[in-house]
Amino acid sequence: MTTRYFGQRIKRNEDPRLLTGQALFVDDVNFPDLLHVAYVRSPYAHARIKRIDVSKALERPGVAAAYTAADLGDYWRVGPLLVSPPPVRDIVFNERTQPILAKDKVRHVGEGVVAIVAESRYIAEDAVADVVVDYEPLPVNVDVRKTLEPDATLLHEDLDQNLAAHVIQHKGDYEAAKAKADVVIAREFWYDRGTAAAMENRGVVAQWDARFQKLTIWDTTQAPVVIRNGMAAMLGLSESQVRVIAPFIGGGFGPKIMMFYPEEMLIPWLAMKLNRPVKWIEDRSENFYTTTQERGQWHESEIALSKEGKILGVRDVFWHDSGAYDPYGLTVPINTQCTLLGMYDVPNYATEFKAVFTNKPIVTPYRGAGRQHGVFVMERLLDAAAKELGLDKTEIRRRNFLTPDQFPHNHKIIYQDFTELTYDSGDYEPILAKAKEMIGYDEFYKTLKPQAEKEGKLLGLGLVCYVEGTGIGPYEGARVQIQANGRVSVATGVGTQGQGHFTSFAQVVADQVGIPPDEIDVITGDTDQFHWGVGTFASRGAVVAGNAIHAASKRVRQRILDLASEEFNVPPEELEIGNGRVCVIGDPQKTMLLGDLANKANPLRGAVKPGSEPGLEATDYFGPPMGATAAGAHAMILEIDPDTMMIEVKRYVVVHDCGKVINPLILDGQVHGGVAQGLGNAFYEELVFDEQGQLLNGSFMDYLLPTALDVPRIEVGHHETPSPLNEMGVKGAGEAGAIPAAPLFVQAVEDALRAGGIELEITQIPLSPKRLWELVETTKAE
Amino acid sequence: MTDSLKLHFTINGQEHHGEAEPRLLLVDYIRHHLGLTGSHVGCEHGVCGACTILLDGQPVRSCLMFAVQANGREIRTVESLGTPEAMHLLQEAFHAAHGLQCGFCTPGFLMTLVPYLEEHPNPSEDEIRHAISGNICRCTGYQHIVDAIVLAAQKMNA
Repeated sequence: MTTRYFGQRIKRNEDPRLLTGQALFVDDVNFPDLLHVAYVRSPYAHARIKRIDVSKALERPGVAAAYTAADLGDYWRVGPLLVSPPPVRDIVFNERTQPILAKDKVRHVGEGVVAIVAESRYIAEDAVADVVVDYEPLPVNVDVRKTLEPDATLLHEDLDQNLAAHVIQHKGDYEAAKAKADVVIAREFWYDRGTAAAMENRGVVAQWDARFQKLTIWDTTQAPVVIRNGMAAMLGLSESQVRVIAPFIGGGFGPKIMMFYPEEMLIPWLAMKLNRPVKWIEDRSENFYTTTQERGQWHESEIALSKEGKILGVRDVFWHDSGAYDPYGLTVPINTQCTLLGMYDVPNYATEFKAVFTNKPIVTPYRGAGRQHGVFVMERLLDAAAKELGLDKTEIRRRNFLTPDQFPHNHKIIYQDFTELTYDSGDYEPILAKAKEMIGYDEFYKTLKPQAEKEGKLLGLGLVCYVEGTGIGPYEGARVQIQANGRVSVATGVGTQGQGHFTSFAQVVADQVGIPPDEIDVITGDTDQFHWGVGTFASRGAVVAGNAIHAASKRVRQRILDLASEEFNVPPEELEIGNGRVCVIGDPQKTMLLGDLANKANPLRGAVKPGSEPGLEATDYFGPPMGATAAGAHAMILEIDPDTMMIEVKRYVVVHDCGKVINPLILDGQVHGGVAQGLGNAFYEELVFDEQGQLLNGSFMDYLLPTALDVPRIEVGHHETPSPLNEMGVKGAGEAGAIPAAPLFVQAVEDALRAGGIELEITQIPLSPKRLWELVETTKAE
Repeated sequence: MTDSLKLHFTINGQEHHGEAEPRLLLVDYIRHHLGLTGSHVGCEHGVCGACTILLDGQPVRSCLMFAVQANGREIRTVESLGTPEAMHLLQEAFHAAHGLQCGFCTPGFLMTLVPYLEEHPNPSEDEIRHAISGNICRCTGYQHIVDAIVLAAQKMNA
């Protein structure tokens, strides 16, 4: 072996096309006879549809068709349940999924009522204004707790209450633990909604080729294979007749793993029905209502401790806002339940949630996928406990860490992948120690903070810990093939939305076949190239697809050695692979380009040995028994302007353990981006709904995404505990940056305000300068 | 629908004659009529900056202009900067510093920065952050973008 590419900071293969405007995104797909769709969407959060009149729209020149729910005939349907409820005892789950077009009633603002098809998007949007819909408004449910009250109007009238799910899980006996506790701390927490706001909105283009009997769909999805299988089933086609292409995707972050959006179900059907290619591209305004959102949980939590600060037990009861439907099952609240335990040894845990229907857009995973709620609750409880017990905030955490001898650690509750939540590996004290060292913890409290106080500055430090369940099953696969020109093609079923798969996957292959990463072409998101797989979510691309690629590459390597061994008539141990060649060690004459060997392995004449396969190619799969648990600590120093309550983040440190790292450059980028979204969630971003379920800030003018002036420089440190669950030892990292930012931020804010003599406790997120100012004023008044 | 109006402008060094409805957005004309799909549409209300192009050398939001308003002007899009085989120095710097992830916002950043770096050959990190504060990136947290710009400035001055 010559160079080892795994672990190197290698520049990305996909960049040149993206940087020069040559990369294909869904809205770049064009056809001369393309039709465009625009939607008439509900202006009400809850209403009965009394009458729809599309006649005026159909009279407009350039309008090809207009479809209501009734016009879809037998094709009208609701989306399939994507994730069935986990096997928890006595679970209640009411499956109510989103309709392809609203029939009889609408349950949130933005729900599609009529689809207009026209020769241009401009005409389609004109025609939207021609449609008349009579609505009878109904009382609206927006509050997660009030929606369960007996007099609340039902969203789904066949249910007797607006309950989507009720789940209770127990580990040990919390009440018994509480009875023995020296300290019991109870708090209530509210974590409100935000949106992923990927820079590219969603879109679907579908083309039915009647001569070839083949449907091609370009879709901004994170899971092209699942879309293909689902659309084939819905449209009565064979899976081989449907090709789904998820080309370059302009950011996913979770909502693009939601399936099936109403538009995903409708556009391909329209293309077949009208026998013309059809395009729908979401605009930013639609994105605020129709792309799924996250967060919205009310927690009532309690922690029981000994006087030494050891956790004896935790009880957490929460209400989870599902929005109007629950197509993604219980992934988000189950993640909350499980991730709450964090790095800690919690012997007794009682956890219960009710997921409820509200007249708001649907909630499905968005980066973190409920994990941050759990981390917020636990870290806030520990902060309160530290204060109560007079302990240092890092010391109370350290005292409760799971220790290396406790792994694998089974928490005895069911996780989102239906297995018992089990941490595969971890070593937490060094992570905390490194974070303290990097942020200068002791120095801060010894020198910096007292100095700042003297100068009247509000300077604060935060430090919190978290875990991230990553790389869950069931499986991914990959095909690796050496081409005749010496390049390698690698095809896998996951989609990619900027995570650098074209490069990190190439690095995995490069080490096995001795061909550098820039000569390896990774193909993701094209079901005609690879049609088995699940998708990119739960920080699983590198772990699950990565290990499938690793396995297939190893088989190709073995095949190179076997064939070259025959070719040169030497045993495989005497062969060396590198620089695109295979050669006999110590005999420079006996060498062959891998492309030539691939050609030789695909003969046009002559007998082939029975059982042999052509080419230098292998397909393999990887399915982990459970997820790999990554962990980390974030620390920050911030300063608050006492007059405006604006906050400047002075330093931000991330120490992360995601096992072995394939490409540290790409990993740093993932961490930076996650932190930026986490800070947005903590201080800038909040979807504000009024009592009528109307979103009050549905534009980028009003919903504040962090800019380059708001996101600090982030210092990243690594600790490495390889996962024993896969040969490469990797764990996922995609969500780590986003998960702990909120509790970190509020802890640092409290620390800073304390310097100004203001003792307050923040239990709601997102914060904003306005809310912080109000909190401070209220505290002062008291 | 209103009758189309004549269009005449220069785009990426080429003279262009065409016609468009008065209400057609410039970005839609560039993307869907001229097939230059490197300029992206992220918000259609002038906030995100993904559609930024150069109009007579100045960065503008092509989602906030009508195509007919470009009459007689000179347009440059990301396609004019470099090719995958021969990238512009700024593109090279973004590549080297991992200044992009999904890459959707990137053309807008590049078109904002080309004239900026010509006018400000030695920007500080703080100045860089102000210069790009009108472009939103949801993937990178901006740090590697800032690093890329510092690197580009160094190379331009070398």
